[in-house]
Amino acid sequence: MNDSPGATTLLWQFALYSLMAVGGANALLPEIHQDIVATGHWMTDADFTQLFAIAQAAPGPNVLVVTLIGWKLAGFTGALACTVGMCAPPALLSYQVGRLWQRFSGTRWRRTIEFALAPISAGLVLGSGTALVRVSAIDASHLAIAGACAIAGFTSRRNPLWWLLLAASAGAAMHLLQQA
Amino acid sequence: MQAHSPSKLALFTGFLQCGLAGFGGVLPHARSMLVDDRKWLTEDEFADLLGLGQCLPGPNICNVAVVVGQRFHGATGAILASLGLLGAPFFIVLSLALLYERWADSALLTAILQAVAAGAAGLVLATGIRLLSRLKRRAEVLLIALMGLTGVVWLKLPLVIVLLLLAPIGIGVGWYATRGKT
Repeated sequence: MNDSPGATTLLWQFALYSLMAVGGANALLPEIHQDIVATGHWMTDADFTQLFAIAQAAPGPNVLVVTLIGWKLAGFTGALACTVGMCAPPALLSYQVGRLWQRFSGTRWRRTIEFALAPISAGLVLGSGTALVRVSAIDASHLAIAGACAIAGFTSRRNPLWWLLLAASAGAAMHLLQQA
Repeated sequence: MQAHSPSKLALFTGFLQCGLAGFGGVLPHARSMLVDDRKWLTEDEFADLLGLGQCLPGPNICNVAVVVGQRFHGATGAILASLGLLGAPFFIVLSLALLYERWADSALLTAILQAVAAGAAGLVLATGIRLLSRLKRRAEVLLIALMGLTGVVWLKLPLVIVLLLLAPIGIGVGWYATRGKT
């Protein structure tokens, strides 16, 4: 593993990421994975998927995966830096745009922007899901778990935490069967 | 005109409650808190703000919290709503990671987490499919989504390049598609 970047570097890096995060934090994960695991060698694939799993299993917004990435790379200040970097620039933008948005309600510009961004964010989130499956599905059984959760998550309105619990049970069962 | 206008404290505690309840995604909890329980927004106002939160870069639900906070109490409201949403989960997720670090040698725990990661990746895919299924069934719209997917997954282009290429195309197509409908 190479030396990790410090908290200040992380703050700026994640502030830059945040402005590209159309479709939410999950849409960014392939990009972050590329920079941190493939190019930077600051953590392993296994570390990255474990942090992702912990963040998904915890309560709160999905964006908290960046908190854990920061913590892994630079401790508590790293966690703070990544979270603030990821949330503050979009928050400032939302603050300003939120005041204009109502005024432009029903205008052609606003509908144009909505029209343009809907398919882009759908494509990016799908791309992110594909990339995450590629990293986390280490064998056929994990691919099956990912596929089952994709179908369950799309077709059912149930709280997605149930599907993660089922996935966890499947993981435990597979491990215990291998031991036996 | 909203029926109920929250105090500053209520803004904080309302979003705190969503953050803590938000296992597997905060959005459904935020909707029921804002619209059903506390009646700060109507269903239409919520849909409108969510549309805005999704158009802007960054975590959608945090963007919604900022806009809701700002609407009722300006900058203070925006800060209180965001802190309420993120504060408690921030410490919880770190505690979980620390706990995991302690038990990382456990092969059982690693196997469980590996399965949860695969499941969670599947759920991200499900969100993508759901977004895709809500799009207008028009060739040019689906083509833009496909180009985004291709750019990120197969060409492995940096996100900023994908956005710089697709945003003008999307806006051009959108401007053309919305002609004569003002």
